[in-house]
Parts: sequence; C-alpha cells; structure tokens
Amino acid sequence: MTKMSGAQAIVEALKRQKVEVIFGIVGGAVLPLYDVLYETPEIRHIMARHEQCAAHAADGYARASGRPGVCMATSGPGATNLVTGIANAYMDSAPIVAFTGQVNAFAVNSSYMIGRDAFQEADIIGITTPVTKCNFQPKRASEIPKTLKQAFHIATTGRPGPVLVDLPKNAQTETAEMKFRDSVRIRGYKPKIDPHPFQVKKAVELLLKSERPIILAGGGVIISNASPELLTIAELLMAPVTTPLMGKGCFPENHPLSLGNIGMHGTSASTKLILEADVLLAVGTRFSDRTTGKLDEFCPDAKIIHIDIDSAEIGKNVGVDVPIVADAKKTLTAIYQSLTSKLQKGKSSQWAKRVREVKEQARDEMSGGEKDLKPPRLMKELRKILPNDAIVATEVGQNQMWAALYFMSYKPRTFISSGGLGTMGFGFPASIGAKVACPDTPVVDIAGDGSFRMTEQELACSVIEKIPVTVIVLNNSVLGMVAQWQRLFYGRRYSAVDLGNVPDFAKLAKAYGAEGTRVGSLKEFSKAVKKAIKSEVTTVIDVPIGYEENVFPMIPAGAGLKGMIESEEEL
Amino acid sequence: MNEKSHVIAAIVEHKPGVLYSVANMFRRRNFNIESIAVGPTEQSDLARMTITVNGDERTIEQVIKQLNKLIDVIKVSRLDPSNIVSREMALVKITAPGAKIRTDVINYANIFRARVVDVSPESLMVEITGDANKIDAFIASMKPFGVKEVARTGITALSRGVKSVKIEE
Repeated sequence: MTKMSGAQAIVEALKRQKVEVIFGIVGGAVLPLYDVLYETPEIRHIMARHEQCAAHAADGYARASGRPGVCMATSGPGATNLVTGIANAYMDSAPIVAFTGQVNAFAVNSSYMIGRDAFQEADIIGITTPVTKCNFQPKRASEIPKTLKQAFHIATTGRPGPVLVDLPKNAQTETAEMKFRDSVRIRGYKPKIDPHPFQVKKAVELLLKSERPIILAGGGVIISNASPELLTIAELLMAPVTTPLMGKGCFPENHPLSLGNIGMHGTSASTKLILEADVLLAVGTRFSDRTTGKLDEFCPDAKIIHIDIDSAEIGKNVGVDVPIVADAKKTLTAIYQSLTSKLQKGKSSQWAKRVREVKEQARDEMSGGEKDLKPPRLMKELRKILPNDAIVATEVGQNQMWAALYFMSYKPRTFISSGGLGTMGFGFPASIGAKVACPDTPVVDIAGDGSFRMTEQELACSVIEKIPVTVIVLNNSVLGMVAQWQRLFYGRRYSAVDLGNVPDFAKLAKAYGAEGTRVGSLKEFSKAVKKAIKSEVTTVIDVPIGYEENVFPMIPAGAGLKGMIESEEEL
Repeated sequence: MNEKSHVIAAIVEHKPGVLYSVANMFRRRNFNIESIAVGPTEQSDLARMTITVNGDERTIEQVIKQLNKLIDVIKVSRLDPSNIVSREMALVKITAPGAKIRTDVINYANIFRARVVDVSPESLMVEITGDANKIDAFIASMKPFGVKEVARTGITALSRGVKSVKIEE
C-alpha cells in the first residue's frame, strides 16, 4: 500500500502496464494527470492536433505492435472527438485504452459536478457504451489501480477492443492508499481460449473429406499471431487462402496459394474459387456484408467451419456447420496436429490445378494497366520499392481498394486499414502511430485527396514529434469511390463529390515544415518514394490520377458473388 | 419465421449503468424487449434481470450471445417455459361509480384471485398476480367498466426444482 494521488496512481498503473507512449491532447479536466506526466520521462506523450487522430494513432500503434495503444483527452469536446477513433477500433477489434477527463463526481453543492451540465461535461460513458468493449468511471481515487488493471486486461484479451476510462477530476486529485495487484479477476469476463476437442475433430473430418477446401482468413489470424499455423495448414491441404480486408497480410500474397482480397472489391480468383469450394475454413473473420455480398449466394454448396474467439460472431450473419469458439492460433495448431497424422499424401491435385488455372486467368487484372500513373501500376511500383516489412496504412475509398487489390502484403501487421467503420482520415494518424511502434520500418499512408484532407493537420504532429511517414495522395480531385458509384449506378450524376484542385499538397506539406512534392510520371513517383522513405521528415507525394478511374473487380451492393463485374461495360 | 416469446434470466453486477448497457445493447442490435424486471438477488452484489423477448430461434441465440458478451453480465440462462414458475404483478385502476358496478368488479376480481387495494368514490384499484395471460384476461374483462390506468411489473421467473442460475466464484 502506498499513499498517492489518483493522478499518480494512473501513471503508476500505466508504467506497470509497460505503456511507453500516449497520444493525446491536454485540457482542463485532465490537468492533474498531465501534471504527473510532466515528471514522467519514461512515458512519451505525443500531442495530436485533434483527439480523433489521437485515437487513430493509438489504434495504428496497437495494430502494428500488437500492444495496447493509449490515447487521452479532456472532458466534453475532447472526449466526444475521440468517439470516431474509438468506434473505428471497436469495429476492427483493435486494443486501445482511452482516457478522458470528467468533471467532479463528488463535490458537495457544486455546480461543477457530474449531472449538473458543468462546463465541458459530456456523458462519455453513455456515448461510448455501444462502441467500447467496456467502459469505466472510477469515482474515487482508490478505485484507480483495480480499474486500470481491468481496463488493460479487457482491451487486450479475448477479442480485443477499445476500453474507455472516464476520470472525474476529484478521482485524480484525491489521495488514497493504493494497492496495485498483478492479478485480475472479472467474474463476467472469461474468454474461451482452448478449442473443444470434439469440434476440432469434426472440423478435421470435414477437411479430410473435402476435395475443394478454401480458407477465409481474417483479422483474427493477425491478432492471435497465427500466420505460421495458417501457412502450414494451407500447404498441407493445398487449400487456397483468401483474405477479407482485415486479414490482408496474414498470408503472404506472393504465395502460390494466395488468392488475395475477397469481397466487394475482391480479386476475381477469390470470388470464383470460393463459389466452387466444398469446405470453407473461416478463421477470425465475421462475414461482414462487404465480404459476403448477398448472403444466400455466399458459398451455398460449401460446408462452413467457423473459428472465432467471439461466440456472438458465430451464426450472426452466416449459418455454420462446425462452430469453434476459441483462439485462432490454438485451434489451427490443434487442427494441424490432427490433420498431419491422418492425411494421406497427394491431396486433390485436381483442385490445385484449378487454383493455378484461375489465378493464371486473373493475371491480367492483377498486372494493371501499362499507362503511367494508373493506380494499379503505382501500387505495384510501390511494392517493388518498399522492403517486405514496410507498413502500409490506407485511407478509405478507392485508394484503399487499389491498395488492397494491387499492393501485395507479405507479413502480418504490415497492412493497416479501417475495415469495419470505413473512416476516411484514419490512415495518416494510424501511420503516425505505426511509425512510433516501429521506428525503424518505413511507413507509408496510401491516401486519397478527400481522405487526407480530413486529418491533414497531423502533419504538425509528425513534424514536431519527428515521426516521419510517407503520404502518397492519389489525387483525382474527387471523392472517388462515391463518384464511382454515381458513375455506375446513378447515371453519372456527380452529386457533391467534386473537391476542386485545392490545396496544393506539396505547398501544404511545406507550410507545416514537412516535405512535399508533386510527381508527373512513374519515374518521378519512384524517385520521390525512394527519397521519402529515407527522409527524416514526413513527405507528402501528390500523384495526380484520372478523375474517372474505377476500381474493378466490383460486386455491386446488394448483389451476390456471382454478380461480380470487371468493367463498366458489364453493367 | 417462428416468432415466440422467450424468457431469459441474466445475473448481472448490481451497480449503476448495467441496466443502461443491457438496454442499449437491445436497441443497438435491433432486438425488442417485451418486458424486463430487475431486482437484487440473494447476493447483495448481484442483480437478476428477467427479460422476455419475442423472436425466432436465431434471434434468441444472438440475444443470449450478445448479453453474454457484456462484461457486467455474469451469467445468462434461457428458461424453459414448460418448467418454470413465472409471475407478473399488475395494478389496475378501474372506473367504478356506484354500488352495482363495484360489486361486479369485486366479483370479477375474486374469480381472478385479485385483491382490491384502494377505493375512491369514482374508482377501484385492483392488484393481480399471475402469469401474463391471466393478467391480460383480467384487464380484458375490466375493459367494459373502463380501465383508467394499468401498471405492470413485467414477468419475473425461476425454474422449478433445485436447479438455479448459479454463479461460480
């Protein structure tokens, strides 16, 4: 037991969690906490320029490192500004712990007290309940050690997700006898880690009988570090692997069994082969609408094995034949061990042949156009320049889908994108977070001009805090994905999508003290990227692309996988 | 679609905000709460929620899974309607001016084993306990007299026998 203030206890608890960095913005209701941080050099505070970006940066940090990201904001608008970032982390199961200031919980007869609509009071517990895994509001300083222990435990275990801790000012200033424990027990929270042996047996039986198995590997594979196990199973079964956006990178995309992305903008190989499969092994994925398209046309003939640590995901969207509620790595290990002992050699060479054939056909699509400054070409060029472990973040929209389709990822945690919430403006702050987690790795944000404008103010953060990243702005002066839908489904009626030719991104970057350049050819692009990834300051590369570029293949909203189109003419 | 009414018992942390997070989950996931009754249990730090929900099998399964996912929800059980005692209480205020009407209302109340708990020159208040059907039937029989106000508690239920929704420590 040690006597200290609530604010000191928070910092002590953060140190015990080995938190090295906090992304945040100070304000009135967190002054006591920031006063302690002032004398805590072991924890680096990185000031974002908008709280949303503090949350995205913590998210990017968490995804790149596998460790929890921490963000912090004051009460009221500081707290509400975090919400988009928290909701984004929730949809993509990223472990972040968000701290917010709050007005006093107790202050006799004070108007500056919870419930009295005090200055900068917001009900952030009420607001974030549907977008957090859990949230807490310790009303007394003495509750802080236990609350923080639980918060980090919940954020990082089971299916990870954001946890918010709202800190009333009195809980920061009061002193109390503090007891820090190493153990944590929450009676309503016991994630199921080990797979049920009977379910594993059923899965193995299905896989052994299968002639055309396919693996759908989602973000859960990355979270549980199960890529090696996934690779061995895929090779053992000769099963091709397709990944929804969140799973990109969990399986090397240059592997002969990789089919690339699946879903609304999946590769044609993925879309074709998943329809031919007789057994679908789905791991750590939640069958989102963007993955499946129309549900009754999704794998109608395949038996489905679904492994997920969150039991609520099983049967939520798609009916499954063999549900397994457990950790992906543990389950894949168990399946592999059982498979190796039973599998005869020479498993279905016909299926392997078919996979090669379909991939071969799709070659043209993957190779992209030959003209300069076509996005597929740019992505392929970028892949050639970047080392294998480079981290790529994306914004949301066409830029994201071009990156998903044409930029090959080889390793887990090297592709960071807003999958579930689809948050424009996520990529840049997330890449700052990723760079903080992996300072020796080049980090590139593939952006569109619309998305980048939503969080471009973080150039200030990246310059002042010396966190150099590269931003590639695929600049078509339009909200490209929406324009694509208007072009294809609304008769080219371009409603409210034109962005104009402002700003001059190179000049904008320079105004912040960053590097900025505009390129006019593939050669200039390569040169600029090579320079940027070595630069000690953030570089914005402005790449003008055509106003009417489309992302294909595409499965129009509401259609099934069979409704895939590969050009505008097919509509 | 085979929509039926289901009774779910949830043992939850007895602390502020839990009812909010449960109710909020129902709203957010597009489930409908038919009724909910909440009260403390034999353990002072636990509360019991008895929730009735309408829906098909798949919906109920999701409701239970999503409830289980909430950190402050400790245990969720689906009660088997053929093996439970379920009760609801209602207070019903009936327009009853004059002796004749009063006698009629009291006679009905006796048939339903309900009790008159308040009286005024213009009205009677009746307390009735039973399963939801019985209360529906009583209220329907009072309609001709004029039902002024109804307050129902929602169903609360326990399974029969020695079995219980237990919390392992």
